[in-house]
Parts: sequence; structure tokens; C-alpha cells
Amino acid sequence: MTTSPAGPGAPEPVTLVQAVDAALEAELAADPRVVLLGEDIGRMGGVFRATAGLQARFGENRVVDMPACEAGFVGAAVGMCLAGLRPVVELQFDSFSYPAFEQIVCHLARYTWRTAGATKMPAVLRIPYGGGTHAPELHSDSPEALFCHVPGLVVVTPSSPADAYSMLRWAIRHPDPVIFMEPKRLYRSTRGALSADPDPEGLPRARVVRPGTDVTIVSYGPSVPTCLEAAEALADRGTSAEILDLRVLWPLDQEAVLASVRRTRRCVVVHEAPRSCGVGAEVAAVIAEHAMFSLDGPVVRVAGLDTPFPMFMLEDLYLPDPERIVAAVEEALR
Amino acid sequence: MIGSPGVGSDSPASRAGHGILAVRAGSDSAEHAVDKLRLWKMMVQLRAYDERATLLQRQGRIGAYPTFWGEEAIQAATVLAVRDADWLFLSYRQNAVPVLRGLPPEQAWAYFRGDPRGFFDPSQFGCAPQCVPLATHLPHAVGWAVARRLQGGDEVALAFFGDGASSEGDAHEAMNLASVLRAPVVFLCTNNQWAISTPLSRQAAVDHLSARAAGYGMPGVTVDGYDPLAVFAAVTEAVDRARNGGGPSLVEASSYRIGPHATADDPSLYRDEAEAAVWREREPIGRFEQQLLGEGLLATQDITAEHERAASAMRAAGHRLDRMPAPTGEEMTAHVLAVPPPSWPGSSAPRFVTAEQ
Ligand SMILES: Cc1ncc(C[n+]2csc(CCOP(=O)(O)OP(=O)(O)O)c2C)c(N)n1
Ligand SMILES: [Mg+2]
Repeated sequence: MTTSPAGPGAPEPVTLVQAVDAALEAELAADPRVVLLGEDIGRMGGVFRATAGLQARFGENRVVDMPACEAGFVGAAVGMCLAGLRPVVELQFDSFSYPAFEQIVCHLARYTWRTAGATKMPAVLRIPYGGGTHAPELHSDSPEALFCHVPGLVVVTPSSPADAYSMLRWAIRHPDPVIFMEPKRLYRSTRGALSADPDPEGLPRARVVRPGTDVTIVSYGPSVPTCLEAAEALADRGTSAEILDLRVLWPLDQEAVLASVRRTRRCVVVHEAPRSCGVGAEVAAVIAEHAMFSLDGPVVRVAGLDTPFPMFMLEDLYLPDPERIVAAVEEALR
Repeated sequence: MIGSPGVGSDSPASRAGHGILAVRAGSDSAEHAVDKLRLWKMMVQLRAYDERATLLQRQGRIGAYPTFWGEEAIQAATVLAVRDADWLFLSYRQNAVPVLRGLPPEQAWAYFRGDPRGFFDPSQFGCAPQCVPLATHLPHAVGWAVARRLQGGDEVALAFFGDGASSEGDAHEAMNLASVLRAPVVFLCTNNQWAISTPLSRQAAVDHLSARAAGYGMPGVTVDGYDPLAVFAAVTEAVDRARNGGGPSLVEASSYRIGPHATADDPSLYRDEAEAAVWREREPIGRFEQQLLGEGLLATQDITAEHERAASAMRAAGHRLDRMPAPTGEEMTAHVLAVPPPSWPGSSAPRFVTAEQ
């Protein structure tokens, strides 16, 4: 561990962005097929320093700075997969995945299918996403539902350094394209020890991050710590909230959602992406289809508004906060 | 013979209306040995494939089909100019190129009857599947070429695209990226003057699309796309340069789309079909045959025999297509993911979650 802040078993707990860096370093070291592509990822180490030190260790052919052309380099990643590489692409910010959308939808997600399974697309697109960082316009979007709606992609998002490390290592080894959404607000907000090596076979499952009995709060990524705060406030009022971190947004871990909801009989879904047609809508639909008669109240959504992400003076009004989550839980418990 | 872009636009030959731009007179300048008879036979095979496919469409045995009648010289000469290990990245207009590399024609046509068995393994033929969204396969060629170089290979990627596709952002991004990375890629633009109903003049404000190469810092050249030897020479030069570390090139093959855009198209709505008729007279196969006759490489009866042989092979392939059973529903969900999840709500895959009684 010369260039990276930490590795597995490192005594120091690390931030989420350091965990990303460590996972990239571990996979670059483990597999010569892994290459990194992105804007400013080389000498600079990326605008968030998620690739700090990696070009120095692995060279310019493995950690490749790209011109500003998201369609071009996501397309190049598709071509690299055709030749058997495992490209990991950094899209600098959420909104700058949009220029690559055609490549993602028409090629990355479809190539395995349109070659009758003969080719695999083991690429990872890393996308720092979400608000709450007082960022300029178009630097705070949560586009995860757009990707969930594209058949042929796996969409995952960690909420802790340990998950960032193990899930990214898993994603790089996975033979299908993975959209790896990184909650940039959490990049430096918490520290955690890194978990053991990933299991390359198993898709990560949803995880109960706080057990409870009265209500299930389903969430993911940047909203998980907010939900934990709300759960503390609810505990003070005598309500025991279970928090389920989805971790994988597509394919949805239906069993975990349904098992928890069947126990608590109440459900609130929290995300900061716009409310309509979001992941929360899918969670609510799955519950309605399979656990309707287990419910003692409506599924309530706490989400961003159906507006463009606001200018940042207003973002605290837009983002789900513990108060809104508590209010939603009260509605679900009524 | 003029290699640099722009210069050729001043030559009178390039100004003859929609005329083929004689920026480079390849026939007299081919320094590279070419098996002319093999090249001719490949062109004849392409013609037979194309005419059979059009017939299959008229008979309702396949769906809409984009004919490439008149573009045989470009496609055959290019396949001959690259090595088998080099990969070709295709648009829909090059749908028969994998057939030149061994894909059974009936499998190529299965694609056009909407049958997923028209999909194939790219590594088996060194051909990426035909690309429908314009120019989006160009970045793939760049990535593949960079990957092969990283893996220690010396292969070249060659990407076909059209005059319309040249306006897409992905074409620009791919050419710029290839040049920045000095990737071994050849960008081969078939400028057939039309993008469905849109003429070249509404597509670009340069005389030659090859002029764009200067902006990317790569060599660009325009050749007569009806002259297979000219195409062969230009592509060979570009491929050699790429293989030897000289980076990417842009080759513009001037052509004219003699046929409709696709079988459902009626070009008389937007162009003077008399113009197309002029080009039909100059089509590349007859012209090449005249040359080969003159050189004593062919006799008239060889020509008739080869066309008949190719046509009957394609007729037989059409019958094999008819005998392929219809695809089943399982083929719809197969291969969406290499590792399908156990529970997949939107598929017919078995559900592990059961609805409540
Ligand atoms: C991104 C995209 N936009 C539009 C289309 C619809 N379309 C199909 S072919 C075509 C014209 C393409 O012309 P050109 O690139 O010159 O190729 P040609 O058809 O002449 O071979 C268009 C607009 C498409 N396939 N992809
Ligand atoms: Mg055209």
C-alpha cells in the first residue's frame, strides 16, 4: 500500500472515496485486464481524488486520461470489452453521464444480447451522484432510475466505505455492465474499516443496516445516513424503524424488501431522486403486487421533487431530511 | 494523385456535378499487389447477395432491407486490404461484409427477418454486429484498437460509416480520441451523397469529408469508391500506417447511392432518378470487368459463369433461410445479461417471490 490510503485489513478506517481508490488499486493489481478511463483521473487523481496515485503506480496505459468526450470514451470502453478488457470508466459528475447515454443504452446494455451471448460487457461506469454539496448547476443529479429502466444493466450504489470497497471490487469482476453510483455527499463524511475480499460470484443483496419492528424504511446510497438519523429520532418517540439499504437498485432484491415489510407491515421509501417513476415507485409496486395484504398502511415515498435539481441555496428544501422522513413514518403508521 | 485533403477539390474532375471526386486516381497508382480476380469474385458475391436479399424482401421473406447496390467495390476491396485478424466495425449498409468472412448468408438474412438467430459471435468473423444508431460504432473501433495494442497485438480496427453519420457527434469524438491516442484505426466513410433524403449539401459544408481529417491531425484522402483498386490502395496505405504506429486515418470513398435508402424508400420523392440512372450505368462491377477483360484476366464467358454461380449460391441460401424454424419466446430473454438474476420481474425467468394467497 504505497500509493493508496488504505487496503483491506488496514488499521486506519478510511473515507468512502478512499475506499473507492483502494478497490480500484486492488483490482488493477489483481487483473491486468482492468483499465481505468476518465477525465482528469491520471496525474490529478480525479476531481474527487478517487483515482489518486493510481496512474503513478500502474502507468498511463492502465489509467488513461481521456479528452472531454463521454460518448467517445464510454464507446471506447465497449470496444475494449470486445477485446477482452475490463474497463472502469469514471464519469466526472452525474449529469455528465448524459452525453454517454446513447452508448450506454444502445451498446453497453445491449451487446451481450445482440451477439447472442458471445460477448460480455464487463465494464463499470462509476458515477458520482446526488446533491447536498453546494455544487454548481448540473452537478447534483440522481439519475439512477434512468439506468434501472434500461434492460441489460446492473445498477448498484454503496452507502458506506466498506460497501464501496467490496461492491466496487465485485462490480469490476462481474461479467455484465455495472452502473456504480457513488454518493458523492458521503465521499468524506464518514470513515469505516474495509471488509474482506469480495465474492466474485454473488450479486450484493439488500442489507438491514438497522433492525426494527414498527416500520421498514427502504433507502439507498446518500439517503441511508439521513434515514439512520430519522430512526434515532423515531426511537426517541418509541417507534422502532428497520432500515433496509437496497445497495442494488436493479435487479431489486424483492425478497429482502418483502420479508421486512411482511414483518413490520408498514413501509416508507426514501431517495433524493425525483419522486415520479423513481426507484421508490418500483419498491411500492413490488409491495403492492406481492404483499398488499400484509400492509397496515400505505407505502409512503419521501423523495426529491419533480423539478430540476435546485440551485444550491434551495437544496436543503429539496433533499429528504430526517424531519420529512419522520413525518412520512407517522403517515405510514396512522 | 493528391493525398492531402482540399487540394483535390480544385481539380476539374471533382467538380462534375455529383461526380465522383477523382482526388486520387487509384487504378494507376496501386503499388500494392492485389489479387484482382479474387477481388472481382468478392464483388460479384456481394452483388448476388444484395439482389437476392432485395428479392427476399419483395417476396415477404425478410423485412426492410438496406441495399448496397453499387458499393461493392468499397466493401470488397476493404475486406481484401485488411488482415483476417483485423476487426471491421459495420453500419447496416455493410451487412454482407461478415458474409465475405464466412457468415452464412441465411444467417445474415435472419437478422432482416427479425430473427435473433441473425446475431453472431463477432470474434468468429472479426466483425462487430451491424450498427443501427449512426456513427455510434466508431468509438468501439477506437476502444478495440487501443485494447489490442495494450494486449500486445498489431491488429487494426476499420470502421465503415456514411456521409450522414459523419455529422454525428460520435464520429467527431471517435476520430479525435483515436488521434489523441494514436490508435490503429481506419475510418472509412462511404460518401454516397445521400442520407435517406438528405443530400450531402445539407450534411456538410466542405467539398470533401476527408478534409475533416486535418482537424483531427490525421491524414485524409478521397478516392473513387467505384474503383476497387483505388479503394484497395488507399485502405492498404491507411491500414499499414495504423499497424506501423502511425495512428488513424480517414479514407473517404466517393460513391453514389444508386438504390433507395432501404426497400421501403421511394427516392423519386426527393431526387431526380435520372441522376441515379447515370450512376447505375457506371456501376463498379461492370466497369471492373471491362478492365479485367482488357487486361486479358477474364473472358466474357467467365463473367457470365461467375454471376450465375454466385446467384445460385444465394438462391440456395435463401432456401436454407426458409427452412430455419421460427424463433421461440425463450430467445427473447436469453443473453440479456451474462448472469441473469434469480428473480427478474420483467422476464419470464422463474420467480422466486410468490404472490400472497
Ligand atoms: C442516431 C441515428 N439517427 C437517425 C437514424 C435514422 N437513419 C438511418 S440511416 C440514416 C441516414 C444515414 O446516412 P449515411 O450515414 O449517409 O449512410 P447511408 O444510409 O447512406 O449508407 C438515418 C438518418 C439512425 N439510424 N441513427
Ligand atoms: Mg449516405
